[in-house]
Amino acid sequence: MTTAEPRLAVIGAGPAGLAAALAAADRGLGVTLLDAADGPGGQFYRQPAPALGARRPEALHHRWSAWRRLRARLAGHLATGQVRQLTAHHVWCAERSPGGFLVHALYGPGQDRPVTVRAAGLVLATGGYEQVLPFPGWTLPGVVTAGGAQALLKGNLVRAGHRAVVAGTGPLLLPVAAGLAATGTRVAALVEAADPREFTRCAAVLAGYPAQLAEAAGYAAALLRHRVPVRPRHTVVRAHGTVRLEAVTVAALDGRGRVRSGTGRRIACDTLAVGHGLLPSTELARVLGCRTEDRGVTVDPEQRTDVPGIWAAGETTGGGGAALALAEGHIAGCSAAARLAGRAPDSAGWAGAARTRGRLRRFAAVLEPLYGPPAHWDEQLTDDTPVCRCEEVDAGTVRAAVRDLGAGDARTAKLLTRAGMGWCQGRMCGPAVAALAGGGARPTPGPFARPVPLGVLARAGEEPEEAVPGHRATPPGP
Amino acid sequence: MVVGAGTVGAACAFYAAGEGLRVALVDRGPVAGGTTGAGEGNLLVSDKEPGPELELALLSTRLWAELGAGTGFGTAVEYESKGGVVVASTTEGFAGLERLAAGQRAAGVAARPVAADQLRELEPRLAPGLAGGVHYPQDAQVMPALAAAQLVRAARAAGARLHTGRTVTGVLRDAAGAVRGVRTDRGELHAPAVVNAAGCWGGELAGLAGVRLPVAPRRGFVLVTEPLPPVIRHKVYAADYLAGVAGGSAALTTSPVVEGTAAGPVLIGASRERVGFDRSFPVPALRALAAGAIRLFPFLERVRAIRSYLGFRPWTPDRLPVVGPDPRVPGLVHACGHEGAGIGLATGTGRLVAQVLAGRVPDLDLTPFRPDRFREPTGSRATGEAR
Repeated sequence: MTTAEPRLAVIGAGPAGLAAALAAADRGLGVTLLDAADGPGGQFYRQPAPALGARRPEALHHRWSAWRRLRARLAGHLATGQVRQLTAHHVWCAERSPGGFLVHALYGPGQDRPVTVRAAGLVLATGGYEQVLPFPGWTLPGVVTAGGAQALLKGNLVRAGHRAVVAGTGPLLLPVAAGLAATGTRVAALVEAADPREFTRCAAVLAGYPAQLAEAAGYAAALLRHRVPVRPRHTVVRAHGTVRLEAVTVAALDGRGRVRSGTGRRIACDTLAVGHGLLPSTELARVLGCRTEDRGVTVDPEQRTDVPGIWAAGETTGGGGAALALAEGHIAGCSAAARLAGRAPDSAGWAGAARTRGRLRRFAAVLEPLYGPPAHWDEQLTDDTPVCRCEEVDAGTVRAAVRDLGAGDARTAKLLTRAGMGWCQGRMCGPAVAALAGGGARPTPGPFARPVPLGVLARAGEEPEEAVPGHRATPPGP
Repeated sequence: MVVGAGTVGAACAFYAAGEGLRVALVDRGPVAGGTTGAGEGNLLVSDKEPGPELELALLSTRLWAELGAGTGFGTAVEYESKGGVVVASTTEGFAGLERLAAGQRAAGVAARPVAADQLRELEPRLAPGLAGGVHYPQDAQVMPALAAAQLVRAARAAGARLHTGRTVTGVLRDAAGAVRGVRTDRGELHAPAVVNAAGCWGGELAGLAGVRLPVAPRRGFVLVTEPLPPVIRHKVYAADYLAGVAGGSAALTTSPVVEGTAAGPVLIGASRERVGFDRSFPVPALRALAAGAIRLFPFLERVRAIRSYLGFRPWTPDRLPVVGPDPRVPGLVHACGHEGAGIGLATGTGRLVAQVLAGRVPDLDLTPFRPDRFREPTGSRATGEAR
């Protein structure tokens, strides 16, 4: 393969990125696929490390056959060199350059060895990250994110604890609770803030999605089988423990999203898996100048962003699940293959994927307002509750900045308290600070997608791509 | 009526309230929402040549030190009397620095030349092989957003009223042309004097009053590292920073400025370019900042940058701020156009504006800062750039 032919760089090897890479490679485009993990699949198809010798990794997975087909197609393209795979590569920035783009990544055990990938086009399939809203006791060891608990199960075949509570809101909670139960953790409660009556109200629309309903019903049956008590319209108000988590207090919510007094009950547990939905990872899109909205990167029917040569697909463009990500990625890859070869694409070629995309986006649009944290969740925050863990800022400090210094929006609150200025750049505390400050857009991290050594930044783009030892074609997993 | 709740506007409100005046402070955004929120908080005398700006800087430095010594205020704004060190890599550069320092000393600045072999006593982690430097003990630092917020808080305690989230859409004038208040998107606010502390948008506000004031945004980036233990003691910058500040170039210039902060991260500047209000992050500018910082402090090579932020400095063609009454519009008083020195010059500016408003003789001669000093460009009437 020569460097003269146009190549597509796909950032993220989850369902969207994989589908994009495969669609583009099938149509003759050379593809470089970058991902921070040790193998392809992303969070959804996260694989156990080969050394663990898992006999039935599919037990924890949904749509295992679809994954096996994707994996086989990728193996074919890796063998011919049509796709180059850079695993364990952490992209920290991307920029426009004459004739295309430069993608800057770090690799190696210390994530400090630089590589720059040159490409004529980019597909951003950077996924999302989990939102976790604080509550008293949330920093105790034993409190994990729902996605983190799932990653632990899928990737390490490790169960998170002996007795767990799964709490928060969103469609992720069901598979997490079912997965924990299936691996022998006693799930003491599934606590969901959403109101089931709202789902009933949308029943007619939801009935048009039998596959999705069957999936949900499958999880529900698993919960029933494992006798997991489900508490809808409830929330965790406090986690208890001295050195580590010992119990949580769960309370009912009223119609306006406030905790009903006197409904609190204590549930003993050593693990709390908590999550409040996914937020899109848009750092790279923003530093490249792509238009973004609250829900994610803005794309057209071909999955193109408003910057020529850049496509986006999957959760980074808005939540909707793995099946939607696959459809969007496929369309992005087809469009990129045609456009980078100088042809207008024939959208009839992806009509099936476009129909799937339309259906699943409508489904996501119905679901989205049903889920969500309780409207007045921040009332449960005591002044001494840490809000920003990196900079050790508590809720009282943010409230004082609002009260005494006039910080009436999220950005000013950040400036005046340092909440969100630390290592995670507000990915964790941004929504909480915005709620406490009473408004304004959540400050967005940037422009680096992850921290970068100054020495690497100073020479970014100078290192020759060919000389990089980290470039290796990893065979797909077992 | 002070328009603009950045550090300069906050200081104007604070000193005006201290003169016993009834003060209102209005801003279309929050407190510290513009250039203040994107600054490093430098209070510098070291980067100014002898002349009116240095006099204003010396007055301001004295006032900051007074405020910093106040109970609780110094801690609240993270006031740090850390001192500055300017270094030169060549002997010619060092000779130039010494000449500048001699002139500054004559104007009342404490400036002590430091030979090459003594530089690392001041700053142990500095690169080897530098030709020498000058130590400026008067240079200091505050956390700029906290400085503005605490000045506003003190002004409010003295009776000032704060109106944030309120956009000024017009300047009200009487039949004789004198100012009588401002029109906002939420009603009129009346006052016999209006202070233009709108920073980069100062030209726009002057335009609303019917006069021209050439203030343009000059973009700058700051790189922020992961938190470190206190290893960089002073504000340290290279001699070419002085040329960058004084230069009028619209093109990108970068020169390394490195300093630690009370909170731990090291801040790395400084880039300057006039590109309007462009909010994109070009990698080459960030690359140049990182390279410059490593030249001064090689250990930074392996330290990680966690973010960068950008801001716009209110630039004027002769690089002097605009401070004082506008002879063209009675009742309009300007306090803007401080380029990258607004935090440092805020206290002096606030004091002078308050003295003007109270009808007293200001501490400094305001002639060099007068608003009508710029030549009218032929055939155009500039009213500043819109955001």
